[in-house]
Amino acid sequence: MDIFLLEAVVDGLLLGGVLALLALGLNLIFGVIDVVWICYVELVMCGMYAVYWLYAYFGLPFYVAGPVAILFVAGLGALVHLLIIEPVLNFAPINQLLATGGLLFFLQSFATLLFSTDFRNIGLHLAPIELGEIDVSKARLLAFAVALLGAGGLYLFLKRTYLGTAIRAISQDHEVMGLMGVSQRSIYFITSAIGGGLAGLAACLLVLQYDVHPFIGNSFGPITFMICVLGGLGNMLGGFAAAFIMSQIIAVGGYYFSIEFSYVLAFLLFIVMIFVRPQGIFGR
Amino acid sequence: MAAATISPATTEPQLLTLSEVSAAYGSFQALFGVSLSVSNGEAVGVIGPNGAGKTTLMRVISGMLAATAGEVRLLGNAITQLPSHRIVAEGIAHVPENRRLFARLTVEENLRMGAYIPAARQHVAERLHWVYELFPRLRERRSQLAGTMSGGEQQMCAIGRALMSQPKLLLMDEPSAGLAPLAVEQVFELVRRIRAEGFTVLIVEQNVQQVLALVDRAYLLEAGYIHLSGSAAELRENEAIRKAYMGL
Repeated sequence: MDIFLLEAVVDGLLLGGVLALLALGLNLIFGVIDVVWICYVELVMCGMYAVYWLYAYFGLPFYVAGPVAILFVAGLGALVHLLIIEPVLNFAPINQLLATGGLLFFLQSFATLLFSTDFRNIGLHLAPIELGEIDVSKARLLAFAVALLGAGGLYLFLKRTYLGTAIRAISQDHEVMGLMGVSQRSIYFITSAIGGGLAGLAACLLVLQYDVHPFIGNSFGPITFMICVLGGLGNMLGGFAAAFIMSQIIAVGGYYFSIEFSYVLAFLLFIVMIFVRPQGIFGR
Repeated sequence: MAAATISPATTEPQLLTLSEVSAAYGSFQALFGVSLSVSNGEAVGVIGPNGAGKTTLMRVISGMLAATAGEVRLLGNAITQLPSHRIVAEGIAHVPENRRLFARLTVEENLRMGAYIPAARQHVAERLHWVYELFPRLRERRSQLAGTMSGGEQQMCAIGRALMSQPKLLLMDEPSAGLAPLAVEQVFELVRRIRAEGFTVLIVEQNVQQVLALVDRAYLLEAGYIHLSGSAAELRENEAIRKAYMGL
């Protein structure tokens, strides 16, 4: 196999980890609360700024700045639910989309106001690792490993804990959960905080690879939504798998053609799939 | 207030009392001033045709639907305004119409959800053991997804889930609905076993003949009004009920 192709495949695999993490968070929120957070990746942007300020400006070590940023974005997620989602919870889906869409523009504009449109780099450079004949970015490798750990942790939480089981149960029948003595409000609140926390974790991993600016979400938002729809909206395992399919298309497509054209390919596949299998590859 | 009720003379408050309860879905009124009571240890039935408001009655008691008028009391305390997730802790468990299991959770996970409230969760291991003793079939199926079981087994799981909170009062909404005849027999047998365990049961059924063989007393609910009440024996002998509901 061509070394550059191999490098592209590895790159795609590593990119898939973080995309899978984003898809998990979005799917978790959609699966449980039945609301699509159009502004989800803008939370990632907020998290990247949080790491930037804590690490590059206030000089906290990365292992402190990271967790603080995760908690910060988890809190943001909970706030988004309380302030934006809860008031429109029983409204038509289109109104919920408009509300979270409005929040997207608000967050982008607010970040521009506060931080201007400068590209900021945290200035933490990890040397690439040589694996056999190919160079692998250490930041990407780390991101991939931590994203998988995060996904595994979420899986164990949902499968093994009482609260996690309750979250899965409420996604199936929220009315009957009341009869179990479970407050829908508190479970939705917690789920939103977890979704926010996953965005925060993704932010910590992405800030190692990309400059942060108010519109960084535009680089990940569309692809994250496509992954979720491709995997079956709300289907966490499907989204997880779709993330790796999409990232391979982008990476390998980028090798054969160009990175721009590989996105065209990805969107093309998405459009075709919408017609062929609108419930998603792994949809029920 | 409707006709003669046979209840033991006692100074203790009734376990459950509904006084003049009305309820509506939007502009459609489903219950009109319904009064009934259940005392500790009793099994009470509510019978009536489709659309009489039986399910609505259950939903009002367990807080899934707010009453528009009247009062619901449990052991003398008003619970009318409580949301459903607070009512479980008060001691009422509701086996809803159509079972409403979490189809993609296992049987055991469904049972665990029934013991979500802190008071029950402390004892979840013993409660699981107890439910499995009561319904050994559920133990065999514990790691199966609930949605893949037969209707009768699902009803067993739904009842087990409600029992996990060790309620003072068990509400059962049409436990026999949609089941094969043999499974219907089995479900009524389960209800008998639960009674024998000392649980107080309020059961809604269209299967009039079988439910009257099971309960101490019953109410006849028609078009949102209680039309008749009495001991199971009295209602079994009642001409109107025999004609309308037993086909005799």
